[in-house]
Amino acid sequence: MSRHVVAPVRDLPPGSRKLVTVKGRPIAIFNIDGELFGILNRCPHQGGSLCEGRLIGLVESDQPGEYRFSRPNEILRCPWHGWEFDLRTGQSRCEPDRIQVKSYEVAVEQGQNVCEGPYVAETFPVSVEEDYVVVEV
Amino acid sequence: MSIIHPGAIDCDIHPAVPNLQALLPYMTDYWRDTVVQRGIDALESISYPVNAPITARPDWKPEKGRAGSDLERLRREALIPFGTSTAICNCLYGVHLLFSEDMALGYAQAVNDWIAKEWLDREPKLRASIVVPLQNPELAVEEIERLAADKRFVQVLVPVMGEMPLGKRIYWPIWAAAERHGLALCIHAGSSYRHSVTGIGWTSYYTEDYASNAQAFQAQVTSLICEGVFSKFPNLKVVLAESGFTWLPAHLWRLTKFWRGLRMEIPWVDRTPAEIARENIRLTLQPVDGPPSAGAFERLMEHMQSDELLLFSTDYPHWQFDGDEVLPPGLSSELARKIMVDNPRNTYSRLTETVT
Repeated sequence: MSRHVVAPVRDLPPGSRKLVTVKGRPIAIFNIDGELFGILNRCPHQGGSLCEGRLIGLVESDQPGEYRFSRPNEILRCPWHGWEFDLRTGQSRCEPDRIQVKSYEVAVEQGQNVCEGPYVAETFPVSVEEDYVVVEV
Repeated sequence: MSIIHPGAIDCDIHPAVPNLQALLPYMTDYWRDTVVQRGIDALESISYPVNAPITARPDWKPEKGRAGSDLERLRREALIPFGTSTAICNCLYGVHLLFSEDMALGYAQAVNDWIAKEWLDREPKLRASIVVPLQNPELAVEEIERLAADKRFVQVLVPVMGEMPLGKRIYWPIWAAAERHGLALCIHAGSSYRHSVTGIGWTSYYTEDYASNAQAFQAQVTSLICEGVFSKFPNLKVVLAESGFTWLPAHLWRLTKFWRGLRMEIPWVDRTPAEIARENIRLTLQPVDGPPSAGAFERLMEHMQSDELLLFSTDYPHWQFDGDEVLPPGLSSELARKIMVDNPRNTYSRLTETVT
């Protein structure tokens, strides 16, 4: 496992998303209200680009006719067939134990730390003045 | 029949009301009088036209009268040849056709009391379904409560094509009553003809009508699962009778596929529809709508992913097979035993209770 600098934080404001490539893997990074999530950009069903999916909340129910809505925008629906994935775990909502998408640790690091390493910044120069989005792959 | 299993339980036979006169002694004074006053001479459904080949197997068809209306013949033709220890009577009299809720209750009560007296009292191997006036769920519950203490009634009978999808909450008091009393819900082929028998309009031929029942069964399975009937009543067993069963795996693949993408619409469905179906839904054997070879039947059973879903039935006196070829060819002895004995016993809790 290594940590990869993928973008300056200013490129990923809350409510935005970004597709990056790390070690040849396409990874979709989401900023949900300031919290960062990363998942492999490939739906385990048929390979749909999850980065283009719609975000919804978690819908649960104890009995017919009851709808419990929580965690707005933390559930991602694949743009192809609508399968839901929990951004925190990568687990599908339909069959969480069987169907999952790979999720990645995403963090914000100060430029100072990033410049010192041991981070890998593959595609752009980093400076000590900025904060960066770092993915562990 | 290659494999006879003593103690076979036939889950779908059809004693016939010979004529309306036979029900009169079981009607209240009021309803008996309306039959006379209004000149009602029969309550016929076109689901099984009297002269349609399927309605009566040629060797089971009496010279006069209705097939399935004579107990002695039923013993000789339906019970003895198959080593049947128990057979469940589904009386398909046209109670579901009526538009008056009260009249439907009056006729349902008459049919149920008639079957108890004329069939169950006279043949201890017989069990029966409670015919309910689905036209009014409150009255349907009332009829279940009236008969629930008689353990010879093992399920509640409704037609596959009624007024509304059976998963709708308006029907839930009926399903609650069934679950409470350990009664299964039997959904049988046939229509009350409130709607066309297909989703695309009225058909021209009986062949189309009969084959279309399978689509209606699919719609009911979908409705029961999606509306959450099995989430609310997890112990309710639903028996699809005279439904065929080869369509089930393909339909469950499709339903499960779309549920995966639209789960948030029906969040109470917390397992795949296929899992729910395998737990709560059973299907009677006849008619075996193909496949013709033993190998293909084995593959079908693999697709069903369970050998606990099929329940032995002859569908007597309907013409679904000839001679004693009631089982599909090449069935293993073990599977035959499950279909004929174990699966019915596991489906109908009342069958294993002592009847006094």
